[in-house]
Amino acid sequence: MTNKKYILGVYDDEDVLLQAIERIREAGTKIYTVFSPYPVHGIDDALGIERSRLPIAAFLYGLTGLAFALWMQIYMLGFDWPMIIGGKPHIALPAFIPVSFELTVFFTAHGMVITFLIVCGLYPRMKVPVLDVRSTDDKFIMAIEVKEGVTDLNKINTLLRDNGAIEVNEKEVTA
Amino acid sequence: MQHVSPVREPLVTGGKTYHDITEDVSRQVEAKPNIRWAIALAVALFFLGIFIYSVYRTLWYGIGEWGLNKTVDWAWDITNFVWWVGIGHAGTLISAVLLLFRQKWRSSINRAAEAMTIFAVICAAMFPVLHMGRPWLAYWVLPLPNTYGSLWANFNSPLLWDVFAISTYFTVSLVFWYLGLVPDFATIRDRATGPIARRAYALLSLGWTGSAKHWSRYETVSLILAGVSTPLVLSVHTIVSMDFATSVIPGWHTTIFPPYFVAGAIFSGFAMVLTLMLITRDVFRLKDYITLEHIESMNKIIIVTGSIVGVAYITEFFIAWYSGVEYEQYAFINRATGPYWWAYWSMMTCNVITPQLFWFRKIRRSVVATFIISIFVNIGMWFERFVIIVTSLHRDYLPSSWVMFSPSIIDVGIYVGTLGLFFTLFLLFAKYFPVVNMFEVKTILKSSSGVPHTHHPDTMHAHSPNNHSYDDK
Repeated sequence: MTNKKYILGVYDDEDVLLQAIERIREAGTKIYTVFSPYPVHGIDDALGIERSRLPIAAFLYGLTGLAFALWMQIYMLGFDWPMIIGGKPHIALPAFIPVSFELTVFFTAHGMVITFLIVCGLYPRMKVPVLDVRSTDDKFIMAIEVKEGVTDLNKINTLLRDNGAIEVNEKEVTA
Repeated sequence: MQHVSPVREPLVTGGKTYHDITEDVSRQVEAKPNIRWAIALAVALFFLGIFIYSVYRTLWYGIGEWGLNKTVDWAWDITNFVWWVGIGHAGTLISAVLLLFRQKWRSSINRAAEAMTIFAVICAAMFPVLHMGRPWLAYWVLPLPNTYGSLWANFNSPLLWDVFAISTYFTVSLVFWYLGLVPDFATIRDRATGPIARRAYALLSLGWTGSAKHWSRYETVSLILAGVSTPLVLSVHTIVSMDFATSVIPGWHTTIFPPYFVAGAIFSGFAMVLTLMLITRDVFRLKDYITLEHIESMNKIIIVTGSIVGVAYITEFFIAWYSGVEYEQYAFINRATGPYWWAYWSMMTCNVITPQLFWFRKIRRSVVATFIISIFVNIGMWFERFVIIVTSLHRDYLPSSWVMFSPSIIDVGIYVGTLGLFFTLFLLFAKYFPVVNMFEVKTILKSSSGVPHTHHPDTMHAHSPNNHSYDDK
C-alpha cells in the first residue's frame, strides 16, 4: 500500500483554468491531471494531451466488420449451401450491401466503445477515487502530485493561488 | 472565448450557473416521486396490462386473434412497426446529425430524445416478433445452420436486412445514450446522500471521474459514434421502406420510398419529441433549459420534413398516372376515393396541411398550438403507414379476392398496449435518470446563456482573501 498525495487547486471558471494551466506548466510544475464537470475546449493542448488514436481503432473495427459480413454472406450463400433465390446469382453482391453496411457500423461502434472503456479503466464499481466531488458539479480541479521531500508545498500553493485558484487543498489517496 | 451574435436567443434562460444546472436536473432524480408522476405511471401500467393480455391471447390462440385475412395479411402490426421505428429516428437525428452540424440547441433535448428512440424501437420490435406466430423461434432470423442442416438465412431478403438494421440501430443507440449518461450519473453519484442511491449510481457511472484525458477520448468517441450513427439512421428507414419497395404490389413498388420514408420518420419523430418534451418541461420545471427557441427550432424541422412528405405524396400520385400502368393508377385512385378515402384524407390533412401552420411565427412559438399540431402529426403519420399498407393490399390484381380490413380488439389492444409500454419506460427514465444532459448544457452555458460570463483572469480573483502575493503585482 502506497499513499499518494495530491495538491488540488480549485477553479471556478474555464478561462481562468486554461490560463492557469499554461502558466503553471511554464513555471516547470508537472500537472497530474485536471478534473472538470464538462469537456473544456482547448484543455488538451494546454495540458499537452496527445491526440487519441481511437479513430484508427474505429477504422480497423469497421474494416473487420465489413470483411466479416462479406465473408459470412459469400460463404453461406455462395459456397456452403448455394440456392437460387429470385433468379439471382448465388453471390448477389448488391443484395449484400445492406447487411455489410450494418455490420460495419455495428463493429465500429461497439468495438470503439469497448476499447474506450478499457483504455480509460471504466467498469462498474462501488468505490470511485474522486479527489473532489465538486468536480462533477461546478468546479475545475487541478491535481498536482506531491513527492515527499521533493515538492515544495508552499511554492505550489502560491503558484496555484497566484493563477486564480479559489481554494487549495491537500488530499491523500491509498493507491 | 467565442463570439456569439447578439441576434441569437439564449438557449439557457434565467441566468443559471453550473451549479444551478446540476440542481435543476438532479432535483427530480433525488426527490420522492410526486403524485402527478405516480398517477401517470399508474395509467401507463394499466395500458401495459392491456398489452400483456393481448400478447397472451396472440400467443395462446395464434395470430388468428388479429383482424388479418388472406388478402390483407399485413395490417396494423406492420403499420405500428413502421410508425414506432419512425418515431425513433428523431432521437438519433438530434443526438448524431445535429452534433455533426454543431447545433447547440440539441444539448438540452438530446437525452430525452435518445431515450425516446430506444423505447420506440423496443415497441417496434414487438410487432414483427409477434407476427412470427411462434416468437420463441425468433432466433431463426439469425444466420444459423438451419437446425442444423445448413440452409442459413436469405441475405437477399429485405426482411432479413431489417433484422440487421434494427438490431444494429437499437444496440448502437443504446450504447450512445448510455455513454452520454455516464458523466451525469457521476454527478448524481457525487451528490447522493442515501446508501442505495450512492451505490446504484456508482455502478452506473462506471467509475467516471472527469479527468481531462478521459474527456478528450470521450469527445473523440462521441464524434465517431455520431459519424457512424448518421448513415445508420438513414439506412434503417431506407431498409424498412425496402420491405415494401422491393415487392411487386402496386402502390409499394416505388423507388421514391427510401427518401420519402426517412423524411416521414424524422417528421413523426420530431412530433413525438415535442409531445414528450412539452409535458416534461412543464412537469419537471425545465423551462429555462427547453425554451421557446428549442421548440421553434424543432417546429422548423417539422415544416421542412412535412413539406418533403407532402411533395412525396404528390409525386407518388403523379408517377402512378404517368407510368401508364392501370394497376398502379387504380391503386392510387382507390386510395383517395375508394372505401378507405377517410384514411387517405386524414393523412393528407394531418401531414400536409397542419404543419404548414408553422410558417407563422406566433404558432411556431406557441406551446399550446405546437402540442396540438404535434398530436396531429403523430396521428397523420400513423395513417400514412396504414394507407400505404392496407389500401395497397386490400384490392389487388384479382377482384374476386377484394376485401376490407377491420382490426380485432386484440389488434387495438396490442397497439394501445405498446403506448403503455412506451410511457412506462419513459416515465421510469424521467424519474431515475437525468432527463437533460447536464454536462452538455454546462458546455454551452458560457456562450448561450445570455449572461456575460466573461471572467477576466487578472481581475477575477485578485482580491480574494487568501490571495497573498497577488496584490503587489
